[in-house]
Amino acid sequence: MAFISSGYDPKEPMKNRITDIGPRNFAEFYPPVIAKNKGKWAYHQILEPGVLVHVAESGDKIYTVRAGGCRIMSVTHIREICDIADKYCDGYVRWTTRNNIEFMTDSLEKAEALKKDLAGRKFPGGSLKFPVGGTGAGISNIVHTQGWIHCHTPATDASGPVKACMDELFDYFKTMSLPAHVRVSMACCLNMCGAVHCSDIAFVGYHRKPPVIEHEYLDKMCEIPLAVAACPTAAIKPKKVEVNGTEVKSVEINNERCMYCGNCYTMCPALPLASGEGDGVVVMVGGKVSNRISPPMFSKVVVAFLPNNVPRWPELTDVIKRIVEVYAKDARKYERLGEWAERIGWEKFFEKCGLDFTHHLIDDFRDPAYYTWRQTSQFKFTNAIK
Amino acid sequence: MAKHKTPLLDQLESGPWPSFVSDLKQEAESRAKNEKKVEFQIPTDTVDDLLGVLELSFKDKETHWKHGGIVGVFGYGGGVIGRYCDQPEMFPGVAHFHTMRISQPSGHFYKSDYLRDLCNLWEFRGSGITNMHGSTGDVIFLGTTTPQLEEIFFELTHNLNQDLGGSGSNLRTPSDCVGEARCEFACYDTQSLCTALTNEYQDELHRPAFPYKFKFKFDGCPNCCVASIARADLSFIGTWRDDIRIDQAAVKGYVDNDPDFPPNGGAHSGRNWGKFDIQKEVIALCPTECMKFEGGKLTIDNSECNRCMHCINVMPRALKPGKEKGLSILAGAKAPILDGAQMGSLVAPFLPVVEPYDEIKEVIEAIWDWWMEEGKNRERLGELMKRQGFQKLLEATGIPAMPQHVIAPRTNPYIFWKEEEVPGGFSMDPVKYRERHKR
Repeated sequence: MAFISSGYDPKEPMKNRITDIGPRNFAEFYPPVIAKNKGKWAYHQILEPGVLVHVAESGDKIYTVRAGGCRIMSVTHIREICDIADKYCDGYVRWTTRNNIEFMTDSLEKAEALKKDLAGRKFPGGSLKFPVGGTGAGISNIVHTQGWIHCHTPATDASGPVKACMDELFDYFKTMSLPAHVRVSMACCLNMCGAVHCSDIAFVGYHRKPPVIEHEYLDKMCEIPLAVAACPTAAIKPKKVEVNGTEVKSVEINNERCMYCGNCYTMCPALPLASGEGDGVVVMVGGKVSNRISPPMFSKVVVAFLPNNVPRWPELTDVIKRIVEVYAKDARKYERLGEWAERIGWEKFFEKCGLDFTHHLIDDFRDPAYYTWRQTSQFKFTNAIK
Repeated sequence: MAKHKTPLLDQLESGPWPSFVSDLKQEAESRAKNEKKVEFQIPTDTVDDLLGVLELSFKDKETHWKHGGIVGVFGYGGGVIGRYCDQPEMFPGVAHFHTMRISQPSGHFYKSDYLRDLCNLWEFRGSGITNMHGSTGDVIFLGTTTPQLEEIFFELTHNLNQDLGGSGSNLRTPSDCVGEARCEFACYDTQSLCTALTNEYQDELHRPAFPYKFKFKFDGCPNCCVASIARADLSFIGTWRDDIRIDQAAVKGYVDNDPDFPPNGGAHSGRNWGKFDIQKEVIALCPTECMKFEGGKLTIDNSECNRCMHCINVMPRALKPGKEKGLSILAGAKAPILDGAQMGSLVAPFLPVVEPYDEIKEVIEAIWDWWMEEGKNRERLGELMKRQGFQKLLEATGIPAMPQHVIAPRTNPYIFWKEEEVPGGFSMDPVKYRERHKR
């Protein structure tokens, strides 16, 4: 493996240096029919799950075939996408905000041929490479984070549980039979890269043990005041500790105050908190970002903890599938999951979905908690009241 | 022949959804065979070892990536994230496995020749594994070694006319919805604005000068497909201020259940919901009750409309946003940690979107000035707004307070007045006071 230089000279790093040029201009990558009709689209229609047509005021049409994809992709896989784009779409392709791949063509015949082609492409292990769907009142791709494959703070994996969930939800990806679309998202820790805190259904990796304190290394690796300041609940304070007969500067953690958020670990690598026993996922539901009918809403916690039962997270997929099925049966047309839960009342939501309500689900975090307690005698009797 | 046994991961190869494990395996195999005789600049078995370390994580239920590490390209504080494996002996191919963020073209549109260029570069100088895309929107190159960073940057900028994105305490790579490129709902050109501001603020993107990260996201309409309202420090959401345009003939198409006019653009066709009923599905669901359908004619009291988009979404052929379009700016959204999740709060109800976007830049820069002055280390804009109050944000931007800024006025009368707002200021003369009141 000989080192090959591209022309960069470390002795003169500023020589011929090009910086701050930004991204490639989007306009270079517009298919011609889009360049021509941009801003002049009249309407769209979903012809079948995964196939859309957009009609311009000029009468021009563009057909889009939407295929689900893994967020993590190899160059071999991307090259295959390029080959497909070359064959049917003059080389143009785009990704959606939910990591689906969209192939766009100017004729229905090409879209049909493309769809057939995609259906036949499978990995040797048996899974589809490009399942078509993810439109309308169904479930589109799950947006997610890195998990165990690349991140240093996760409490769970990301690609793994997402694969397990999408296998279980696959029928809803392929059909449009729900009352409204259901956005499923996942984040592997509380940092929540992505908008999982406002998704119809979200699962979030969560630690349940306070950080390990590596007294021996802490002062060498960290600014103690930064670690102390990083704690949202003021659970950390400086403390001198004796290690092998020497007094070192370190910290003390009030375990009862710790919410295991990992903010201190971000500031101080000597406070790790990942634990195979302690870690798992929280399930949240009822969030949305759209302003349609009701304002955007935060997701609410409905299951406080599920274990990381690898490789397929059966408890998690079971809960998610159950919620989707009850919602599908019970909600009204156009009603988002959170709108449905608010209409019937959350006490009914727990009864209908067969979910246990525990003390962990009553908010006790600062001021916002108060606004979630019931301050009325209006409630519904459910099986929770014995 | 796979380098590591991966019995747990292998179980994720079955089932219909695309298997990332199968994809990783095909890349590992491609690198092992190396049919194109690529002179890989990082270990050939890097993807094998990535599978190996992931399998170990599945076994331990814990991550095996170390905390951070400062690496980057000369002159930039953002765009590269250091990453090292905590089992380098077992998995030498991923001992050093840094991430590079590549600033994506707005709207995530691509041409295959450009994508192939990226693939060739990343196969040669990196692991060949990417995220399409990261949560912020960039193309993510996952896994390379320190000596390759400058080389990749050189090739990106010299040969591909392409820059890195943002990471760290700086402006993160702005991202947008598909917008006017292919959506009839878009109220402004999200791609143009996103690209213009990305280019305008390259310095903020690459050289951390902020208290913490800062995100711009651009949604073309209140449907918010890019979720700006939930996850951008500044969300730019398209809207309009005049009347919804109505095509009565197309309304009739929907009311008559003409198959060319499926409600909601056909989004509900997977189930028999019965015949479309405009009264039940549109008029009754309007949150402001500002619509009527009488005598075969749809009327809207536009002064009462809050532009929620429901009627337009249901009847895209009959209804269109008005012609006087622009955007609303909302500030302070973020995910949890510290005080919990925050939604964006409306700060500028309506601004026109006209190049060179000076009115928009004025708001941005005023907010940055305030946040850089007052923000604590690692304090997001939304947290500063909570700490100092919404009024301070208005003061910083010069936007006058108006009822649109609140859902309801305050329920407590604990109002802080400025000294200059009270006649005679705050000081009272004790002698004069006692002249009126016996001690």
